[in-house]
Amino acid sequence: MNDTTNNPREHLAAPIRKIGAIAWLRENLFNTWYNSVLTILTLAVLWMIVPPLFSWAFINSLWDSSAEACRDIDGACWSIIPRNVKFIFLGFYPTGQEWRPILAMLLLLGLVFYSKERKRWKKALGWYWSIGLIVMGTLMYGGIFGMPIVEPAQWSGLPLTLMLSFFGIVAAYPLGVLLALGRRSRLPAIKTLCVVYIEMIRGVPLISLLFMSSVMFPLFLPEGVTIDKVLRAQAAIIFFTAAYIAEVVRGGLQAMPRGQYEAADSLGLNYRQTMRLVILPQALKIVIPPSVGILLSAFKDTSLVVIIALYDILKTTKVTLSNPKWTGYSTEAYVFLAVLYFIFCYGMSSYSRRLEKELHTGR
Amino acid sequence: MSDSQTNVSTTDSSQLIIQLRGMHKWYGDFHVLSDINLEVHKREKIVICGPSGSGKSTMIRCINRLEEHQQGQIIVNGTELTNDIKNIEKVRAEVGMVFQHFNLFPHLTILENLTLGPIWVRKTPKKEAEEIGMKYLEKVKIAEQAKKFPGQLSGGQQQRVAIARSLCMHPEVMLFDEPTSALDPEMIKEVLDVMIDLADEGMTMLVVTHEMSFAKSVADRVMFMDDGQIVEENNPYDFFDNPQHERTKLFLSQIL
Repeated sequence: MNDTTNNPREHLAAPIRKIGAIAWLRENLFNTWYNSVLTILTLAVLWMIVPPLFSWAFINSLWDSSAEACRDIDGACWSIIPRNVKFIFLGFYPTGQEWRPILAMLLLLGLVFYSKERKRWKKALGWYWSIGLIVMGTLMYGGIFGMPIVEPAQWSGLPLTLMLSFFGIVAAYPLGVLLALGRRSRLPAIKTLCVVYIEMIRGVPLISLLFMSSVMFPLFLPEGVTIDKVLRAQAAIIFFTAAYIAEVVRGGLQAMPRGQYEAADSLGLNYRQTMRLVILPQALKIVIPPSVGILLSAFKDTSLVVIIALYDILKTTKVTLSNPKWTGYSTEAYVFLAVLYFIFCYGMSSYSRRLEKELHTGR
Repeated sequence: MSDSQTNVSTTDSSQLIIQLRGMHKWYGDFHVLSDINLEVHKREKIVICGPSGSGKSTMIRCINRLEEHQQGQIIVNGTELTNDIKNIEKVRAEVGMVFQHFNLFPHLTILENLTLGPIWVRKTPKKEAEEIGMKYLEKVKIAEQAKKFPGQLSGGQQQRVAIARSLCMHPEVMLFDEPTSALDPEMIKEVLDVMIDLADEGMTMLVVTHEMSFAKSVADRVMFMDDGQIVEENNPYDFFDNPQHERTKLFLSQIL
């Protein structure tokens, strides 16, 4: 041994990376001749598209004007949104009662935001939600405190979209988890039932389920019994989404190493405890990315309820566009809708990424 | 480490804690375990060795029904293992198990790993369970890691946590399924030291291991298994110095 071994090792600084705008451009955009050509082409295309789009959307556009004023410009007529805001957002909800759905939506969004923090996931949160949901229902339906009754058939616009998606997601998830557990059950009856359910639902399009719920299902009900159309559509969405969630969750369950089951078993935990405390927390964490994919499409698929004549926000927008005054501004209306949907979807997906990070425990 | 209660071992142990009588097990058509007879008394330490595939892990996994046996009897602390799930859960709560790959719950902190069993199986109040947990973490000398997650610990530390997790259930018997096989050499000792302490305190232990130094210093009986049978068993001195069967001799010559 020579004496250098006992000296502390010399720690070298990491090599300096080239920095600065020019160096970055050279390294990333003009590093080979074909990359240079691609870069120049892309810039040219952007030059052709972006400035006209910008001037259409922002410079030559009108934001709050009458429909007549829009005829004289060649920019976007965003006025269609503010001038029809009541109908687009609330649809056929009776005039004079608009504060009720607005308050209900704010309450829903408020609760969702409040529930984002993991440290608030306690028993109290369950109570807040229960109370919140009762208040929301009362606000929407009315019938007490001098609020006139508004039948669910009149619920439309954003409240309907939010309701269908929110309850669709919230109810479908646990149902999907149960189905996934059922499909892995050792009891043949339960297993078969779950397999048949999952495969049947996944074998048909959502549209056909919605049709069945609105046309066929009432035929099977005894005379005099009616279940509201909104409720039936809601159920169809829940059942549909649950089948997809079930398969994703099953994937997560299968990814769990056998050692986790064995360790839980060897402590004497029973099946329910093992699932609840050991397996599901890990399995559900693994499947956050694919589940969020399903929840996002469930959210967007609620717009399919137009085909059974429910007026969600897509339908109310279309109705607005069929008004002769505003026909011709569909681009603006749909861009607005796209942005609205994007905000909700992006919110969900960025929250899921945050949750994933928070739940990461270093393995 | 030698206080008053060490080395009482077999002498006063009329109390049978594990009995295997004529036990057979098949995986499909493959006869993994054949006519296993084994009696373990309280405070006994038994080391089981043998080539891989000899059925030694399967045998101890039958004792807490991680594997099902098809013929014969297994009686643990007076409870016979049958399909009765209540009996199985009861036995599992009495029998601690340490796995080759630790099998800690990665989504729970170290302390939560330890308190899970006491809280949910023993119905111990959370506060008390945490006290028990900290006590055993101190015993395995990693109390300062209580708030960390298993993924942040070294293999040796994880295995010590796994031992502590079993101890929190105050088990009557501890089963060790190759507890040091997945560890880097420099971590084996810290785990063996914990196991030796445990043995000195009079814990009943069944250990599947290739650590023959451990067998020599701790075991009351050493058992050699091959081809699904218990080929030879003896006290460690005679087992190592004077093996009877050819297969035992061959095995010992290969690993010593």
